[in-house]
Amino acid sequence: MALLEIENLTVTFQTGDGPVNAVNGVSLGIDTQETLAIVGESGSGKSQTAFAAMGLLAQNGAATGKVRFDGKNLLELPQAALNKVRSQEIAMIFQDPMTSLNPYIRISDQMAEVLTLHKGMSKREAVAEAVKMLDAVRIPDAKARITMYPHEFSGGMRQRIMIAMALLCRPRLLIADEPTTALDVTVQAQIMQLLGDIRREFGTAVILITHDLGIVADFCDRTLVMYGGQIMEEGATTDVFASPSHPYTLGLLKAVPRLDRDDDILQTIAGEPPDMSRLPKGCPFTSRCTFRQDSCADIRPALTDFDGTRRRACHVPTQEVA
Amino acid sequence: MSDTTKEPILSVQDLAVTFDVRPEGAWPWTKPLKLHAVGGVSFDLKPGECLGVVGESGSGKSTLARAIVGTVPSSGGRIVFEGKDLAAMDVRQRRGHRKDVQMIFQDPLAALNPRMPVGDIIAEPLVTHYPNTPRAEVKARVAELMERVGLLPNLINRYPHEFSGGQCQRIGIARALILRPKLLICDEPVSALDVSVQAQVVNLLAELRRDMGLSMIFIAHDLSVVKHISDRIVVMYLGRFMESAAARKLCTRPEHPYTQALISSVPIPDPVKERARKRPVLEGELPSPLRPPSGCVFRTRCPKAQDSCARNLPAISDLGEGHLVACPFHAPAEVLAPA
Repeated sequence: MALLEIENLTVTFQTGDGPVNAVNGVSLGIDTQETLAIVGESGSGKSQTAFAAMGLLAQNGAATGKVRFDGKNLLELPQAALNKVRSQEIAMIFQDPMTSLNPYIRISDQMAEVLTLHKGMSKREAVAEAVKMLDAVRIPDAKARITMYPHEFSGGMRQRIMIAMALLCRPRLLIADEPTTALDVTVQAQIMQLLGDIRREFGTAVILITHDLGIVADFCDRTLVMYGGQIMEEGATTDVFASPSHPYTLGLLKAVPRLDRDDDILQTIAGEPPDMSRLPKGCPFTSRCTFRQDSCADIRPALTDFDGTRRRACHVPTQEVA
Repeated sequence: MSDTTKEPILSVQDLAVTFDVRPEGAWPWTKPLKLHAVGGVSFDLKPGECLGVVGESGSGKSTLARAIVGTVPSSGGRIVFEGKDLAAMDVRQRRGHRKDVQMIFQDPLAALNPRMPVGDIIAEPLVTHYPNTPRAEVKARVAELMERVGLLPNLINRYPHEFSGGQCQRIGIARALILRPKLLICDEPVSALDVSVQAQVVNLLAELRRDMGLSMIFIAHDLSVVKHISDRIVVMYLGRFMESAAARKLCTRPEHPYTQALISSVPIPDPVKERARKRPVLEGELPSPLRPPSGCVFRTRCPKAQDSCARNLPAISDLGEGHLVACPFHAPAEVLAPA
């Protein structure tokens, strides 16, 4: 049985320009110890899907659908019960570690608070446990540095602290929202290696939200591609990269310059990402799609299974997308 | 492609840029510390060539660009543009050369004045440098350039906030090109853009370079993009020169341990290849530029570091065909190949 199951999730924001559907009928599942990538560009709804599942939407946002974790629908759970799940079962780390840490509070106090509050530990036990976790994320000299303030650490170190903090209660699922986007490549490589080690050591399932196809190729078992608030395709990472079944995935893979290849011209996806407040009735990718048919703009393609393990939402037959 | 016989259009020799930094909590009368943002960087740029500059944050690549454009004063070395040393000129002399060297920036929206319509933004350099240009000609040039960079000329009276990130970058490119510069410096021009839009802008820049015979310096942290557009690449670390070579050679057979680490850190979007790769991960983090390591600045993270690295500045070895490397223990490594 899946660890987390999202069913027909829709997120709507009330804005000055009217309601905006950031996420439109997204369904996905992740098993224990699995790594799932949610790939998409800005505005594709990849982060809002996770925020909605965690009950972290902004004031003007509302989610409908089902988010099942352990048989409970997180969207209907009372605040206290939801907090218990969010603290002990599912943890989340964000893009910018500095804005996620309180600049006025020592790392020791921020980390210990998690354990005293949720696990009922004494302060002394909690700090000892926090030091252990900082050691696990390979912060050198953790015992001495735990009393420092967030600004005294570099960006990479802060992200390590965020990961340590997220793991304190040994969650079963870790949602990482662009965890390395703000970091340099050599530090990114360190953090991704760390996340891999942690996943094996603690048996944590990971949802990795990112726009970087390279990281996905390296890290994730399964890949889900989103565009305009909808899932375009989903499948094993190796399958999706080797034979993309959706025109958007195909275009995306061709548009990325690669170190290991010498292409003279990058193939581009014409046009711009859609305006989320004025999405077409049909497939959101229609206007930029080179395979489009008459029906695409009006009829939204359903996400259908194919090849046993994969799903895609496109009117064009699979074998024609290449 | 560049012609090896031609004189370089730009020759940067031993360039240094230092900033005065007051240490945190210091008294106002304390002598400020010297931060060496760029030190001892040299390279030549041939007419029509595109030189890529890569490095992580704090490597001094943006400061280098600013020093060449002249928005940051250099504290040593020469910036020879078409035979004249820009660094030795006073402000007034230098102003005459501004129109030949133009720049585009990372954050396209922040680089545009939000209160000016797009037409005026693009026309501004022309009107500033040639105040006597007839209005009709200005208008025609703006329309021509907008079309050239892929913007509909009927958007001329719109304001920057009405455009997407990719379109704003096109506006920035049009503004930089209206003076028909000889050298275009692009400082992280596509880093803020989405993948699908990034490819459009990269292609546009490559096309403009070819059609207008532009020389280009392309600065970015994303090695894949830099390799795609550049003929030659310079790698910097903590303000220092590490290695330079033809783009393809640098990425397939780098010699410097830092370049090797940098390339092996870049994930390749191909699960089969990527998982077969050997990925030695660089330990540690960038040292503080206020207290850089003695000798070679990379030695604190270098897998090949020896005692001598702390004592001496690494000599630059010339491996031929413009391949220069600042490491005495350099050796080629195929970092992209499967392990």
